[in-house]
Amino acid sequence: MSAKSHLPIEPERYELRASPPYHFDLDRREFFKFLGAGLVVVSVLKPAAIAQESGGARRRGESLPQEIDAWLHIGDNGRVTVYTGKVEIGQNIRTSLSQAVAEELRVPLENIDVVMGDTQLTPFDMGTFGSRTTPTMNLQLRKVASAARDVLIGLAAEQWKADRQTLRAADGKVTDPRANRSVEYAALMKGQQLTEVLPAEDPLIPAPDWSVAGKSIPKVDGRDFVTGKHRYPSDQKLPDMLYGKVLRPPAFDATLVSVDTQKAEQIGATVVHDGNFVGAAAPTSQLAEAAVAAIHAEWKSEPQISNKELFDYLRKNTAEGKDPTGDGDRFDTGSVDQALSSADHKLQATYTVAYIAHTPLEPRAALAKWDGDQVTVWTGTQRPFGVRGQLAEAFRIPEEHVRVMMPDMGSGYGGKHTGETAIEAARLARAAKRPVKVVWTREEEFTWSYFRPAGVIDVTGGVKNDGTLTAWEFHNYNSGSAGIRTYYEVPNQRIVFHPVKSPLRQGSYRALAATANHFARESHMDELAHAVKMDPLEFRLKNLKNERLRAVFEAAAKQFGWGKSKSAGQGFGMGGGYEKLGNIATFAEVHADRKSGEVKIVRVVSAFECGAIVNPDGLRNQIEGSNVQGLGGALFEAIEFDNGKILNGRLSQYRVPRFRDVPAIETVLLDRKDLPSAGAGECPLIGLAPAIANAIFDATGVRLRALPLIPNGLKSIA
Amino acid sequence: MATFQLAINRKSYSVDVDPQTSLLTVLREHLDLTGSKYGCGEGQCGACTVLIDGKAQRSCITRVSSVSQKQITTIEGLASGDQLHPVQQAFLDVGAMQCAYCTSGMIMSAVALLDRNSNPQPDEIVSFMNGNVCRCGTYPRIVSAIQKAAKAKTAASAKGGSR
Repeated sequence: MSAKSHLPIEPERYELRASPPYHFDLDRREFFKFLGAGLVVVSVLKPAAIAQESGGARRRGESLPQEIDAWLHIGDNGRVTVYTGKVEIGQNIRTSLSQAVAEELRVPLENIDVVMGDTQLTPFDMGTFGSRTTPTMNLQLRKVASAARDVLIGLAAEQWKADRQTLRAADGKVTDPRANRSVEYAALMKGQQLTEVLPAEDPLIPAPDWSVAGKSIPKVDGRDFVTGKHRYPSDQKLPDMLYGKVLRPPAFDATLVSVDTQKAEQIGATVVHDGNFVGAAAPTSQLAEAAVAAIHAEWKSEPQISNKELFDYLRKNTAEGKDPTGDGDRFDTGSVDQALSSADHKLQATYTVAYIAHTPLEPRAALAKWDGDQVTVWTGTQRPFGVRGQLAEAFRIPEEHVRVMMPDMGSGYGGKHTGETAIEAARLARAAKRPVKVVWTREEEFTWSYFRPAGVIDVTGGVKNDGTLTAWEFHNYNSGSAGIRTYYEVPNQRIVFHPVKSPLRQGSYRALAATANHFARESHMDELAHAVKMDPLEFRLKNLKNERLRAVFEAAAKQFGWGKSKSAGQGFGMGGGYEKLGNIATFAEVHADRKSGEVKIVRVVSAFECGAIVNPDGLRNQIEGSNVQGLGGALFEAIEFDNGKILNGRLSQYRVPRFRDVPAIETVLLDRKDLPSAGAGECPLIGLAPAIANAIFDATGVRLRALPLIPNGLKSIA
Repeated sequence: MATFQLAINRKSYSVDVDPQTSLLTVLREHLDLTGSKYGCGEGQCGACTVLIDGKAQRSCITRVSSVSQKQITTIEGLASGDQLHPVQQAFLDVGAMQCAYCTSGMIMSAVALLDRNSNPQPDEIVSFMNGNVCRCGTYPRIVSAIQKAAKAKTAASAKGGSR
């Protein structure tokens, strides 16, 4: 079972299908069986609309039922339960979504429970990626909560025979200020089962009037995390549970030639050999490991390239025309060749980025349990519904026989879109006839998950003596098309993404290719500014009309003190851009010692704007975190590989940012209450690498065009 | 297999395991104390940090046979009833976490630091904590939380508190 051939990853592509095909199969009676009395707000998707959806969530071979999604339930005890297919992976949406509901429904935050990523209970969701939760789910839940509030006010108006316009909702009650009376939401239900269909249009509370949203509410269940009480996917346990281990091939794409499992069975483990899958389950993890170690297997694999030949390989192995979506990967305007030949200054440069590993601190984990031909899996994934589909496919069972639940997990950063451990645990559990948990080791996580794509980017820019950009040619090989278009004003452009058959399994990574594309673009802008002897900020602003992007560059420049004089070894640089509906500008100060080769990142200032801010402290946390995590890919993270093996797949060999690597970080938030709220999990990452590269050039005159910039300090390139 | 008596969070436990078994495996698999996390299995990330006789140790590379007779404290044993340890409270107050998978280990390391240095400077915190990894990148907040906890502890002991 080669992971590569069975679980294809689509880098970038997830982002293109923004509208989720909502899906829920229960009828009204069944809703209340698990919800109890109270009010439920649902949305109904008409069969015609479902039929037009291209997603694979539809039930196979059945006539289309009316599909109903239950989003919110208020019990007659006053508890509010919210259902969303989004998942909590550290971005703190359990808190921000609770704020949205508390705001519109006018209930205390403590009264709200959010059920997330349970394929049996929550509406279908494509997954938690692409910074979509705030722009889509936050809005959806605000609408749902607002509809519920309207129903409750209506019930009170009926009860009091009052004009609903005179009634107000606040603090879990409807009040009638004129008659000086109030009633709790719970009391309005009177044991009834009420269903409200989400109206198409309903005015929401505007951002300037928010009282709970827009505030720095701490993580709603933070106490469970500082006490160790929270159970992550890898902490799940069931009575009679076994621990599972899988035999790994010695190289990627290896096929099993022969296997002898006799010794492993003698140890007392349940051993499964099914195609290329070989694994064991036993009462302790040690026993399972011993069983797998006792399996004798022979594998066959083909010679494969190493990271030393990577960039040459990527250029030579393009898969043009095989782009699965065929849209938006090429952009042409004006006449680039002509503009380049007549430009006052023309500059050509190549930038590269390495494969890097997400390295979520919690590795992949799953616990699976069968009841007849139905399987329940608890697993860490950003796509519970996607994993449900993978399980259904792997075991040839209908999706209705699969329930996937996602306990808040030890993060993902785009690295947990797939269900490897879910399938492995379920396969072993089926054979053992007992629940089985599989938790990957760090080495397995490094080797058998997938990587951020590596890439080669060729950029040619043309500019007039006065600093006006005239031509822009940009070719990205393999790394991806996210953020590939330039936001600078250039009349003549040719921008092409060239897909490549990747030598390593690759997929989504926080900010996707926007990191690579912004690194190339913002570095090249810096190079062009120097070519025409202009200040890099002035050069950018001269060619930038987008007001929101200008605003973050100007705000960050002000906070940073751009234009101040510098001392020997000191360097200043910037990078910024627009991605996933957010705007970022990041300025960096470095100190480079060319004698010792040491480069220190001294200070980083970011200005960020993503519309109306839902939770300022949560937002700051995301921006700071992006800048810290981004240091790794910018400075030293790179996967080394040769002949189908990962050579540095351990934390002692693969360097990630640590306390000592962290500069002084300052964050400026621009709160645009007049604009819709957007996400912030990804965009803030993209400004850092070019800002540091440009600052190193400013300090040393050395132009670094490869990420990571200084895996071995500056000496190696000086 | 051998039987080991372990003193964890002021309670006594008896486990029957291979002497080579790591303390982390014993905690998580045999005693269902899952607050200590697996992150790397080679003592490089600090997610499994526990206190052994008050010192921060990586439980993933600590053999169970080496810790009988010693006092072990895990994240589950830090609070006194509903009263959080000042370090736990400071992590909450500062919002020093995102996914929080590293948080148990961070808190245990910070407790060990503050027990031997009641007023650490930022560079001392960075140096002591450098073996603990947070992939979400909340390091600056963790430094702030530790400083805040140090102040809270000092204030509490000035008032004659027990901590």
